[in-house]
Amino acid sequence: MTSATLTSGATLGSQRVSEDVRYYEDAIRLFVIAATFWGVVGFLAGTFIALQLAFPALNLGFEWTSFGRLRPVHTSAVIFAFGGNVLFATSLYSVQRTCRQFLFGGEGLTKFIFWNYNIFIVLAALSYVLGFTQGKEYAEPEWILDLYLTVIWVLYAIQFVGTVMTRRESHIYVANWFFLAFILTVAILHIGNNVNVPVSITGMKSYPFVSGVQSAMVQWWYGHNAVGFFLTAGFLGIMYYFVPKRAERPVYSYRLSIVHFWTLIFLYIWAGPHHLHYTSLPDWAQTLGMTFSVMLWMPSWGGMINGIMTLSGAWDKLRTDPVLRFLVTSVAFYGMSTFEGPLMSVKPVNALSHYTDWTVGHVHSGALGWVAFISFGALYFLVPVLWKRSQLYSLRLVSYHFWTATVGIVLYITAMWVSGIMQGLMWRAYDNLGFLQYSFVETVAAMHPFYVIRAMGGVLFVAGSLIMVYNLWRTAKGDVRIEKPYASTPHKAAVGAA
Amino acid sequence: MAQQKKGFSHDLIERNTLLLVVLTLITVSIGGLVQIVPLFTIESTIEKVDGVRPYSPLEVAGQSIYIREGCYNCHSQQIRPFRDEVERYGHYSLAAESMYDHPFQWGSKRTGPDLARVGGKYSNDWQVAHLVDPRAVVPESIMPGYAWMKDRPLNYADITDVLKTLRIVGVPYTDEQIANAKADLEAQKNPDGDAALAKRYPKAVAANFTGNKTVTEMDALVAYLQVLGTLVDFTKYQSPKQLQQ
Repeated sequence: MTSATLTSGATLGSQRVSEDVRYYEDAIRLFVIAATFWGVVGFLAGTFIALQLAFPALNLGFEWTSFGRLRPVHTSAVIFAFGGNVLFATSLYSVQRTCRQFLFGGEGLTKFIFWNYNIFIVLAALSYVLGFTQGKEYAEPEWILDLYLTVIWVLYAIQFVGTVMTRRESHIYVANWFFLAFILTVAILHIGNNVNVPVSITGMKSYPFVSGVQSAMVQWWYGHNAVGFFLTAGFLGIMYYFVPKRAERPVYSYRLSIVHFWTLIFLYIWAGPHHLHYTSLPDWAQTLGMTFSVMLWMPSWGGMINGIMTLSGAWDKLRTDPVLRFLVTSVAFYGMSTFEGPLMSVKPVNALSHYTDWTVGHVHSGALGWVAFISFGALYFLVPVLWKRSQLYSLRLVSYHFWTATVGIVLYITAMWVSGIMQGLMWRAYDNLGFLQYSFVETVAAMHPFYVIRAMGGVLFVAGSLIMVYNLWRTAKGDVRIEKPYASTPHKAAVGAA
Repeated sequence: MAQQKKGFSHDLIERNTLLLVVLTLITVSIGGLVQIVPLFTIESTIEKVDGVRPYSPLEVAGQSIYIREGCYNCHSQQIRPFRDEVERYGHYSLAAESMYDHPFQWGSKRTGPDLARVGGKYSNDWQVAHLVDPRAVVPESIMPGYAWMKDRPLNYADITDVLKTLRIVGVPYTDEQIANAKADLEAQKNPDGDAALAKRYPKAVAANFTGNKTVTEMDALVAYLQVLGTLVDFTKYQSPKQLQQ
């Protein structure tokens, strides 16, 4: 098998299974709408809690509006509501085309998954605000909601795997390997991290079986691989389908995608302990975590190279297609984050960065730059297709969204680099008499300007997403904006030099 | 892949869903198993120290509030073995000190200071005043205020079930402790202390923290904060004099 057949028309799919039957798209449209909605909600929640850190009066004095209760609302809204709906939409859209097959179990099952997953999201968010939480980051929902999610997830796995098993293509396309690994591993992580005993069968409160050091290891095995499989493997599935489709080029290297897949899923699982450097976790586990985190740099960049080099011979499209620009920039951010991550997992670096805003900045360069950008690219790709429109309402607006969001990210991550490294250095600073130079609260006060800048970055990111909502809405309506088209013009300087 | 005809070809996996699923499951299981399983089997994972005990009923209730309010989002409870941290917060954290935390409260971010050894560092009155209005005590603080918590009665109807549940997951509460859960919880509110409570839960801080007649949520939270990091007596574990010099 060669890369040519991998990306031939058959594999990347036409709109139809056969002459007269179309793929299931109604449910995919629902996922697209939900993803767009939750994206804006999640970005707004993030911006609001960022402002709370800069201006604590915004906690408003109510129990339901304090930072501690709203932060999980933000993280769940962006990761599980926005990211989750994007993953459902893209995986269930592309698996039909790459397998030339309807969704296994029928579209009714897809709609069932859609409604229940989104009801789960609403219940989870409400439960945090009302004070029901397990108190584990990115795994806050209490036991009853965990069970609910497990059922939904198993149905999703059945639908996806079933579709792959009943495919009419001889080979399983690479995007589906990644979606498959994402679905299976998230199931293992979710179940493994939520083995709890409820205090009462009628109450929300429960206690996990594991405690202390084991609880920490299990939580960060889960937490880091929520990043590794939910936010990476799943979105790499998006990359392997949508980048080649949009660029109209085959995946750069078939061999690299094999190496990328197996090394990535093998190494990622080991990286969890880098969240626990210098803690009471035994040293051997910390060392393993650091070593595998550094090794993880290689498959990550292998994937980045495979994604970006897919544009070989189509680089000019970056000038004329802002949607492709979103997709490719996301892969570039992926490369940056997956370099920064291994760097921060090295123990002496982590000694400085841990507990500071540097970590927060790192997460957001991945979450905003990689996850959100590739999602935006996929949404801009999907809406005209799903609503049967010949083109987007406006490519210019896509470009405005791109630049607004990019400036927002740059403000965000640079502010967090400065505040994180500064705070880390202030904590360990000694005066020349040998005393700690700063009280803790002095380091808090020093963060203020950077918290304001970070919130401004968030405002820009929200503004960009609102431009997208408008653009997608007008696209769905079938409108086309009268604007100057992007023309493929020869590069003047290059012509002059020649 | 023609050149690989002789040996294994990835082609096989790409044609067989079940094979892909099984190999993926094996590949993603190895790391987790290697890192998690030994933590339950290697005895030196948790140090043997005296003093660590299960939380008193009021402290357990306080920890639930700590978790409910998401305090762990901004406060760590894990002091790393660095000179500056030990000087700022106290002796570095031992694994034994969080062995009864279901789940662990080590945190991942210090928007506020570490709380692993905050117990006894401030008076009860300071803790209450600070929780009610952080900026009244620390002007630069960015912590949310919890004034609403001060007078809200604590719901402890299920405290016996809570202790029973914790025993199921491995916290060694005795039958006596479980039988007296409600009485111990109320006794810790008594500023004169209670001999039975002190015997069952040494070093538990007994006080009428908020001055309310009933036990309030803030009473529980402060009782929890005041015990953090106080259970191990580190003077027992000093190295011999000649080694210190």
